[in-house]
Amino acid sequence: MDFFLEVLTGGLLAGVMYSLVAIGFVLIYKASGVFNFAQGAMVLFAALTFVSLVERGVPFWGAFALTLAAMVALALLIERAVLRPLVNRSPITLFMATLGLSYVIEGAAQALWGAQVHGLDLGIADEPLELGGMLLSQFDLFAAGTAALLVALLSFLFNRTRLGLSLRAVADDALGALAVGIRLPRIWAVVWAVAGFVGLVAGLLWGARLGVQFSLSLVVLKALPVLIIGGFTSMTGAIVGGLIVGAGEKLAEVYLGPLVGGGIENWFPYALALLFLLVRPAGLFGERAIERV
Amino acid sequence: MFYTEAGQFSGHYRADRRLFRLRQDRYALYALLLFAFAVVPAIGSDYWLNAILIPFLVLSLAGLGLNLLTGYAGQLSLGSAAFMAVGAFATYNLALRVPGLPLLVGIALGGVFAAAASVLFGLPSLRIKGFYLLVSTLAAQFFVQWLFTKVSWFSNDSASGVITAPPLRIAGHDLSNPAGRYLLTLGFVVALTLLARNVVKSELGRNWMAVRDMDTAAAVIGIPLARTKLLAFALSGFILGVAGALWAFTYLGTVEPHGFDLSRSFQVLFIIIIGGLGSIAGNFLGAAFIVLLPIGLSLLSGLLPPGVIDAGQLENLQKIVFGLLIIGFLIKEPEGLARLWQQLRERARVWPLRY
Repeated sequence: MDFFLEVLTGGLLAGVMYSLVAIGFVLIYKASGVFNFAQGAMVLFAALTFVSLVERGVPFWGAFALTLAAMVALALLIERAVLRPLVNRSPITLFMATLGLSYVIEGAAQALWGAQVHGLDLGIADEPLELGGMLLSQFDLFAAGTAALLVALLSFLFNRTRLGLSLRAVADDALGALAVGIRLPRIWAVVWAVAGFVGLVAGLLWGARLGVQFSLSLVVLKALPVLIIGGFTSMTGAIVGGLIVGAGEKLAEVYLGPLVGGGIENWFPYALALLFLLVRPAGLFGERAIERV
Repeated sequence: MFYTEAGQFSGHYRADRRLFRLRQDRYALYALLLFAFAVVPAIGSDYWLNAILIPFLVLSLAGLGLNLLTGYAGQLSLGSAAFMAVGAFATYNLALRVPGLPLLVGIALGGVFAAAASVLFGLPSLRIKGFYLLVSTLAAQFFVQWLFTKVSWFSNDSASGVITAPPLRIAGHDLSNPAGRYLLTLGFVVALTLLARNVVKSELGRNWMAVRDMDTAAAVIGIPLARTKLLAFALSGFILGVAGALWAFTYLGTVEPHGFDLSRSFQVLFIIIIGGLGSIAGNFLGAAFIVLLPIGLSLLSGLLPPGVIDAGQLENLQKIVFGLLIIGFLIKEPEGLARLWQQLRERARVWPLRY
C-alpha cells in the first residue's frame, strides 16, 4: 500500500510537469481558437535561448528577462505574420499553420543555437526527500510549487486585471469583444506572449530534467492527452488532466508494464485519453459545442 | 485554343459521368500512362528510378490515402505512418507464413489488414470530433510502433524489428531490379488512383464531402454518418497500407518500425497540405514537391563555397523552408498546388483570349 501511494504521489507530481505545457495550449485556444501545435517548439526555443545565454555568461535573471523579451517578440511576429493573414479560416487550417510554425521555430532555434545537448542547472538537487514515510523527488515538489504559483499568477491576471477582463471577453465571444472596442490583434499578441512565458517556465523545468535538446519539443506529445482529458478550454482541466495522466502513466508503468514488456509510456496516456473521451467527448471541463444547422 | 471543348457534348448521362469528360484530358492521360509505363523504365537511370521516382510514387499513394480521409471526409489524422507500418508488416508476415502466396495478393491483403486497423482506430470518430480525434490517430501511431518493436513475432524474431522484402516475383518475372520495382509501384499507384477517383465521384464521395463540410447537417439530410466515416477510414487505411508495403519493399528493401514514426505521418500530411486538400492530382504535385525540395536545397547549398553551410545547418534550413512553405501555402493558396494547376488549365482553355 505504501508503495502504491508512493507511486501515485510521484505520478501526480510528474503530471504537474505535463500540466505546465498544457496550460500554454489552453491560453491560446481560449483566446484565439487556435490549437497551437507549436507550443512544444516554443518550449524548446525558450529553453535553448535561455541556456545559450547563460552559457555565454549572462546571469540567471538577465537571461530570463532577455528570453522573455525574445518570446514576446516571437509572439508579436506570429500574430503579425501568421494569425492576422489567416483570420476567419477554419480551425483545421490554423492548426496546420501552427504545425508549419513549429517546424520554423524548431529549425530556427537549432540553426541559431546549435543542436547539441545543453545541461541546465536550476540549483535544485534532484534527490529524493522523505515526507511522511514516502520518498518524493525534491525537484518534482519544486516543479509542483512553480506550477501552483504560475496558476495563481495567471488566475490573478485573468480575474483581477483590466487586461484579464478583455482576455475573458475575447474568449467568450470574439465578435462581441470586437464590437465593444477590444483590439483583437493586440489581445492575440498578449495571449501568445503569455503562452511564451508559460513555455519559458515549462522549458526551464523540463530542460533541467531532460537536458535542453531537440526532444524537448516532443513534450507537446505528452501534453496532448492531458489537454484532451481536461478539455481545451479549461485551465483547471489542464491541471486535473495532468494529474490524471501523470498518475495513470506511473501506475500503468509499475503494475501493467511488466505484463506487456514495458515501454508503454508513449501510448498509454493516449489510450487513457480515449477512454475519457468516450464518456465525455469534450473532455472533463471542456465546453460542449452546440451545433446548429 | 489547344484546349477547346467546343463540339464535345455529352449525349448520355453515362458520358457525363465518365472520369475525364474532355477528350484532351483523356488523350493526355493515355499519353502520360504510356510514357510512364513504356518510356520511363527504358530511359530512366537507376538513380532516377530508385531515389526519385519510386519514393515519389509511393508518397503520392500515401498522400492519396490520407487525402481521402482528411481532404474528402474531413477526419483529421496524424497516424498515417502507423497504417503504412501495418500494411508493410502484414505483407511481410503473409509472404513469410503463407507459402506460395502471390506477391500482388500479399500486398493487397496487407492493405486489408491496414484497413481493419484503420477502422478500429476510426471507431472513436463516431463519438468524438475535430481535434479531439487527433488523440485516436496518435494512439494508433504510438501503439502500432510499440507493438512492432516489442512483439518480435511480427518481424520473425529479427533484431530491433527489421524486416526485409520478400522476393519480388510475379508469375515468374523477377521484379527486383529498379525498373521492375518501379513498374510494380506504378501499377499499384495507377490502379488505386483510378479507384479513388471513381469513389470520390460516386455517392460515397459526395457523402464524404457533406460530412466534411458539416457532419451535423449531413446527418440531418439522411447521410449515415457511421458508415460514411468508417468507409473513409477503411479505404484510406487500405491505400496507406499498400503504400506502406511498397515503401518498405520496393523503395527501401529493409525497414524497421522506426521508419514509420510520427515524422513520416507529418510528411504525408504536408504532402496533402501543399498538394491540395480534397484533390486527387494534388497528391502527386505535393509528393513531387516534397521529394524534390530536399534535393534542390542540397544542390543549391552545393553551389555555395564549401564550409558555409554544413549538413546540420542544411537540415535546420530545410525545416525552416518547409515550415514557411506550409504557412505560405495556407495563407496564399489554401487549396495548394492542385489549385494552381487548375488555374493553369483554365488559362489554357481560353488562350490566347483572356476569357
